[in-house]
Amino acid sequence: MTDLIIIGAGVVGCAVAREMSRYNLEIRVLERGHDVAEGASKANSGIVHAGYDAVPGTLKAKLNVEGAKMYPEMCRELGVPYRKNGALVLAFSEDDRGTLQKLLQQGIDNGVEELRIIEKEELRSLEPNVSEDAVCALLVPTSGITSPYEMAFALADHAAVNGVAFEMNTKVEHMAWDGDHWVLETNRGRTEARMVINCAGFDSARLHDEISSRKLHITHRRGQYYILDHPDVLPFDRTMFQCPTRMGKGILVAPTVHGNVLLGPTAEDLDDGLDTETTQEGLDAILKACRLTWPKVSVRTAVTNFSGIRAHEAGGDFVIGPVEGAGKAWEAAGLESPGLSAAPAVGKMLAEMVAASEHLEKKAEFRAPIPRPRPFNEMTREEQKAAIEKDPKMGVVICRCEVVTEAEIRAAIRRPVGATSVDGVKRRTRAGMGRCQGGFCSPRVVEILSEELGKPMTEIQKGSEGSWLLCGTISEAMGGQEA
Amino acid sequence: MMEHLKKDLVIVGGGPAGLAAAIAAWEDGIRNLVVLEREHQAGGILRQCIHNGFGLHRFGEELTGPEYAQRDIDRAKELGIPIQCDTTVLEVTEERQVTCVSEQEGLQIIDAGAVILSMGCRERPRGALGTPGTRCSGVFTAGTAQKFVNLEGYMPGKRVVILGSGDIGLIMARRMTLQGAKVLACVELMPFSSGLNRNIVQCLEDYNIPLYLSHTVTKIEGRDRLTGIEVSEVGPDRRPIPGTQMHFDCDTLLLSVGLLPENELTRGANVTISPVTSGAEVEDTLQTDRPGIFACGNVLHVHDLVDFVSEESFRAGHAAAAFVRGNLPKAETVRVSDGEGVRGVVPQKIRKGISEEVRLMFRPAQVFKKASAVVECNGREIARKRAMIFTPGEMAVVPLKADVVAGLDGDVTVRMEVGS
Repeated sequence: MTDLIIIGAGVVGCAVAREMSRYNLEIRVLERGHDVAEGASKANSGIVHAGYDAVPGTLKAKLNVEGAKMYPEMCRELGVPYRKNGALVLAFSEDDRGTLQKLLQQGIDNGVEELRIIEKEELRSLEPNVSEDAVCALLVPTSGITSPYEMAFALADHAAVNGVAFEMNTKVEHMAWDGDHWVLETNRGRTEARMVINCAGFDSARLHDEISSRKLHITHRRGQYYILDHPDVLPFDRTMFQCPTRMGKGILVAPTVHGNVLLGPTAEDLDDGLDTETTQEGLDAILKACRLTWPKVSVRTAVTNFSGIRAHEAGGDFVIGPVEGAGKAWEAAGLESPGLSAAPAVGKMLAEMVAASEHLEKKAEFRAPIPRPRPFNEMTREEQKAAIEKDPKMGVVICRCEVVTEAEIRAAIRRPVGATSVDGVKRRTRAGMGRCQGGFCSPRVVEILSEELGKPMTEIQKGSEGSWLLCGTISEAMGGQEA
Repeated sequence: MMEHLKKDLVIVGGGPAGLAAAIAAWEDGIRNLVVLEREHQAGGILRQCIHNGFGLHRFGEELTGPEYAQRDIDRAKELGIPIQCDTTVLEVTEERQVTCVSEQEGLQIIDAGAVILSMGCRERPRGALGTPGTRCSGVFTAGTAQKFVNLEGYMPGKRVVILGSGDIGLIMARRMTLQGAKVLACVELMPFSSGLNRNIVQCLEDYNIPLYLSHTVTKIEGRDRLTGIEVSEVGPDRRPIPGTQMHFDCDTLLLSVGLLPENELTRGANVTISPVTSGAEVEDTLQTDRPGIFACGNVLHVHDLVDFVSEESFRAGHAAAAFVRGNLPKAETVRVSDGEGVRGVVPQKIRKGISEEVRLMFRPAQVFKKASAVVECNGREIARKRAMIFTPGEMAVVPLKADVVAGLDGDVTVRMEVGS
């Protein structure tokens, strides 16, 4: 019997898996999606929030500030992009100034350092493209940006190096306690575990409610985004927030760690946690709101639009710890923003709780992460030359927009929790993330996946099961005759 | 310090533009040159264009894309022009230093006497349209689908709608039909097609595929694979008209919604880019505003006919050869601008005091019937071309005779005039 099953391979599930892999346990992670980070973790703002906007005394506040402080070192260790670019919260009126004062005080109470309110002149000298209508701003020097799915991939890889098994396309339908262990019914059959940690994101309440005396109320809150191609010069170096609303942190304009510009998110409550459509109304609303911050905003260079679902719990706080009324089950639920920022701290907190409760022993040897090679595109010419000399496939550029090489794509498929789909390759390497959106490279990526996975081209998926790309060969289409 | 190679001429891209430019330069005596090609073979996008209709102007016969390309490849081979395939250029600097990588040669830095940019163009993807909906599989650019079908031998779907009536989309409507797929419709945002008229007839009408003008895709549906799309009529402002939605059950949406010159390297070389053509601004010699850097073919402005790409690129090759030999002195120029009804005249500058024919190429901004393209210098008419119809789908060409060019004494404007 498995010692521990973690449900969900989002950034939180992966952080928990990595922390738990320090102990002498057999661990499996069950993920309903086809890859790590398929839910909220792949589609959010990628901000490592400083921690000024959570109510003091909440888990959100505590874990956000702790998690954010863990990011720089953790990203260095795992080879995940991170940049402490700072943030500004803009005030457009004297009412907004009041909100900033409140955020400032909250931040101080939460232990956020270096916060201060700056006036228009300083604001415009820091960010010349900001609207003339902004009267002042809260300067947040400790705010950062990261790549949320790359963080999840790196955590999963590190957990796998330490023996954790990841099982994709596995949805837990029901769970029940059977005397001394958990029985989990999945779409792939029944499985058992001594302990369970529920990190199922928007689905966490469903599983929680099956086993707990206290019910959770999770709302699926959709956020739509535009992403713009990397400009020669970023319009803003910092993450540009507007004052938060009841529904969230409001619409932002932010650089990404890869030099793109992110616009969004909207905040719409939905019934369906898988409804990641974008809508014309949503996209129009983003543009309208962004114009407040950045009057010259244009989506002419948009590479794509997308949406993600945040899991909002009615209590307004993260729900982390033992599941009330259920033995040997723990959970991390309601991890809406700042869930990404908090994830490292959530993993640590849960692991410590479980270890203390179950008297777990640490392994004699906890293996270090496999260092992720630097992307070819970020190397100096000398480094590129040396890399090709070492592996000639580094000289074969597959994705021209983002300059991703064949060696990098093969390496991404061969990682401990490797890519199995075109989207999996894209998120691990950036092949297809550029302005042509895979128009040139996707046929070649499909070929490489087919070679590496030993599957015919027609079985390669874009992402999820059922997202096929090719329905057959030309001769099959012609009824077996050669065209 | 890395070792640098030295070449008189580096040609970036071995499609029809690069091949023609290389042949012309070689014929002018430039021997120390190289064509750098990203793919495994030269020929560019023609390799996947297996339909015929290429070469009527240049060769007086109808060739397929690969046949057209092969003629230039054979000629280049015969001359001994080195074409280095499987090689991606990472950077071209203003000082004409070209950095490229390949499996065989590793990273190379080449100091070039002259550079010809002939990288071609790419298709506008879904993201650039901002069409809302899910991000399912089954949405391809027409060219990607064409590559799957014609080069890889795979079918990307069975029930197909095509958005955009550009030539590749029209060609793919026929190609998918011939391969047994059902093409349900071709949907075009504008009130006219941006493709060649012969393609509308031969690729849509001959197969009873309806063409919906002034319509667009307003929603993409399907969680995993595409299951359907919503199409709406658009008003004169190109915005969807509420209540006009139609639904199509389909597993494939092909996009043929415009081509964009691939000018990332050009920008890196600090070459001025025209916001209208999205290509470099050039003189009549095809030289950009960075000395010794030339541009031709679809990277300069998107052509309809490869014959014109070759013609333009021969000129670029000759001019680059002259530059290498020091026979292309810096000259004063007059500016050529778009007037009413005209978009993206190339070249944007003509050297003063030359007496050579110059061909002005541009696209009409809309359909003009019984109209003239009028060229004026200092308000004086210097050339006129009449036609029964001018459409944005077909590039217009107005030649300026050598004696007219010799007499240019100020800036030039091209405008459309209805009636003649």
